[in-house]
Amino acid sequence: MTKKRSRLIAEGSDWTLESIAQYDTEIGRLARQFGLDCYRHQLEVITAEQMMDAYAAIGMPVYYHHWSFGKHFLETENRYKRGQMGLAYEIVINSDPCIAYLMEENTLTMQALVIAHAAYGHNSFFKGNHMFKQWTSADAIVDYLVFARNYIAECEERHGLDAVEQLIDACHALSNLGVDRYKRSPPLSLEKEKSRQREREAYLQAQVNDLWRTLPRHDAPFAEAEERRFPEEPEENLLYFVEKNAPLLEPWQREIVRIMRKIGQYFYPQRQTQVMNEGWACFWHYTLLNTLYDEGRVNDGFMLEFLQSHTNVVYQPPYSSKWYSGINPYALGFAMWQDIRRICERPDDEDREWFPDIAGSNWRETFEFAMRNFKDESFIAQYLSPRLMREFRLFSVLDDDSQAKLKVDAIHNEQGYRALRRNLAEQYNLGSSDPNIQVWNVDLRGDRSLTLRHFAHQRRPLSSASLVVLEHLATLWGFTVRLEHQQANGEWALLAERKSDRRKQGGR
Amino acid sequence: MTVRIVDRRQDSRNKSSINRSRFIRRFKGQIRKAVADAITKRGIRDLENGEKIGIPGKDISEPQFHHGKGGVRESVHPGNDRFQQGDQMDRPPAGGQGQGSGQASPDGEGIDDFVFTLTRDEFLDIFFDELALPNLIKRQLARIDEYKRVRAGYTQSGVPTNINLVRTMRGAAGRRVAIGGPYAARLRGLLAELEQVLDEMPVDEAEVERLQREIACLRARAEAIPFIDPFDLRYSNRIRIPEPSTQAVMFCLMDVSGSMDEAKKQMAKRFFMLLYLFLNRNYEHIEVVFIRHHTAAEEVDEDGFFHSRETGGTIVSSALKLMQQIITERYASSTWNIYGAQASDGDNWNDDSPLCREILADSILPMVQYFAYIEITDGEAQNLWQEYEQLAVTHAGVFALQRIGAASDIYPVFRELFRKRLA
Repeated sequence: MTKKRSRLIAEGSDWTLESIAQYDTEIGRLARQFGLDCYRHQLEVITAEQMMDAYAAIGMPVYYHHWSFGKHFLETENRYKRGQMGLAYEIVINSDPCIAYLMEENTLTMQALVIAHAAYGHNSFFKGNHMFKQWTSADAIVDYLVFARNYIAECEERHGLDAVEQLIDACHALSNLGVDRYKRSPPLSLEKEKSRQREREAYLQAQVNDLWRTLPRHDAPFAEAEERRFPEEPEENLLYFVEKNAPLLEPWQREIVRIMRKIGQYFYPQRQTQVMNEGWACFWHYTLLNTLYDEGRVNDGFMLEFLQSHTNVVYQPPYSSKWYSGINPYALGFAMWQDIRRICERPDDEDREWFPDIAGSNWRETFEFAMRNFKDESFIAQYLSPRLMREFRLFSVLDDDSQAKLKVDAIHNEQGYRALRRNLAEQYNLGSSDPNIQVWNVDLRGDRSLTLRHFAHQRRPLSSASLVVLEHLATLWGFTVRLEHQQANGEWALLAERKSDRRKQGGR
Repeated sequence: MTVRIVDRRQDSRNKSSINRSRFIRRFKGQIRKAVADAITKRGIRDLENGEKIGIPGKDISEPQFHHGKGGVRESVHPGNDRFQQGDQMDRPPAGGQGQGSGQASPDGEGIDDFVFTLTRDEFLDIFFDELALPNLIKRQLARIDEYKRVRAGYTQSGVPTNINLVRTMRGAAGRRVAIGGPYAARLRGLLAELEQVLDEMPVDEAEVERLQREIACLRARAEAIPFIDPFDLRYSNRIRIPEPSTQAVMFCLMDVSGSMDEAKKQMAKRFFMLLYLFLNRNYEHIEVVFIRHHTAAEEVDEDGFFHSRETGGTIVSSALKLMQQIITERYASSTWNIYGAQASDGDNWNDDSPLCREILADSILPMVQYFAYIEITDGEAQNLWQEYEQLAVTHAGVFALQRIGAASDIYPVFRELFRKRLA
């Protein structure tokens, strides 16, 4: 065994389970050296077909069944078979232990890349970032999904495929407005769920029956002008409101609504930390593998193959390219993390002016702070540097439908930096990209109709699909559902109405 | 501490197959329509494979509350190569380069068809949904001449060649344990007793002798347990089960006289093709006999059947005669399920048509499972049709006829001919 040879972890491009384990050991050693705090992890080798299966189930190892996943599967399969897309090299699941999928087709280099990217990069992000800490319980999610799948399968058997499908359709339609944005949800656990679920059924039904007890009274004084609104405070989590208050839902339906809501909540942090999370993972696979190279543990061939994949992933086509489809979160995220490290290690005058706190600081500490305490919106608002804006040649376009033309209102120059940064951060603000629709009132004393209000942001109207969503909501609610919007003069006007009265259709 | 690596490659594939079938179930209506369209548009050989299906994207969209177009929007883009602050420009046309807002319109409009590929089985399932071959009864109930032998457990009697050694020895071992067990237990007790007696001083000779005698006696009885007993013997059992005939022959008869132009032939071809596919679903083995005719009939291969052109008059009975002859020569056995399909434009010599009816009624229809006649014409019904109409009355259930005007009529006609009939 010569000294030189023993340095390399493994050679060749074919992987074996042993060589993967060796890479994992080495990468893990470096990750600990860098102080990454990760969940335990588990690597799972799967085929391309299984990867497509996993795609359809949003990467989760177990998931309930629904036609829409079949649709996604067909879509993926079709595009993959026609060569229009490659499959992602990896899928990683925010669970404890963290599960990372390695695809059979990958070369050894790619497997190493995936291990560094997913099993250490994403993994440490899941464990550290406050969004994930607050909204997800990594140790319970797989159990919960098992519970959810079994429960839904049981309902399908008992109440028929169609009834369950219709219910899930409706929940999916409301899922982006079915999350709590500001308060923490209690942790999920299979044991607790099971034991509490029955209790909850009975209790909830009793609660809802309260709604019924206030039967319309004809002799009530007509002029109860300041009638109490229900709910007293507007509710923005539509699914939560439906689960707790929809009068006609059966207990099992309520439980399914709850399951959908919980699962939607689990994915909410992912939607909010795409740039950070992907950038973080890219930064770490880049740093870890480069360190391995510096140590002489991998050869030039390995690095060339790795860099080729890496640059493909973090490529940002310009706006005029035909490949352009918005800002690539991998590119932006990776560039930002690299840039933060640069600001820490080699700051120039501009950095000292813009980032007095972190210029010249210990980069690992700065990283930990940034990774733990931000989401995309605030991360960009905080850390996007003028230098990066110049490198990306960013510009901001104002599209005001009351104006005939589009206007470029900021570019990468001294006057534009702050506006540019604010605009880009705003682009990642889910609070303004999802429409703000809230439950305003239930007509308790009248026809039990539900009124929603759309609080427009920047005068943006709702898309026409909203009418269909309203229909779904009406099936959940069981009575008429109205959607109001604010007019230019500040008055609220009816935008759409879906009538539904399940009682009359012999539902009860 | 090494990482845990799980090799999942051998795990069940097709985790999504349930979701996939849910999807197909949900959109069966649209998919069925798309399948029907595909049949009329495509050629024979595509149909053997899966089918690429497009259904309207609007139908399967998953709506959510989103913002529509309008209002005030800021969007940041990379790669500035020409703009200065304050520059104004026209709105890019919708669907142009993604310079405007990056949000795809969920407005329902402009959503492309959702295209995906059905597997061959899924395709055919939908294609033949609700159809059932008439008189399939034969396949299940009719005279059965063939049997096959299958394993069916074990019996206690049989011929020596069928002895199943493993079962037999297992039974024997069990029996020996069961019968010998009590002896062995007592033997152990006696041996222990003997040892005790021998250890004691002075030795009680009489007791020793008694014990030894008893032990010898027990040993003899234990050894007398037969190693193998006729009772242990097990024989592999095989039984004969009737094997339904699963072979079919399909006769394609087509008029290739001058009046049948290429378009009509293509239509006929589709019809034959559908029948073939359908039979393919129901029988393991299918033979196809192509008979073309003008004034004389001949048996040809598929290529010659569809692609050669003859001129001259038409004598349909010639083809029927040939069919009858081939059946008696090659497919006389009752193991064949015989199907006939005839396509023509309806032209025939007037005095030949009654003859055709006679041949069909007397010799062909009694032998076949089903005979379908399609007339490809938009003109008036001619005498052949009129003659055949009588057959449809007298031989309902075995004989069917339909008229096809355009290619798009084929599928409905096919369904009509083979639709599920109430028993």
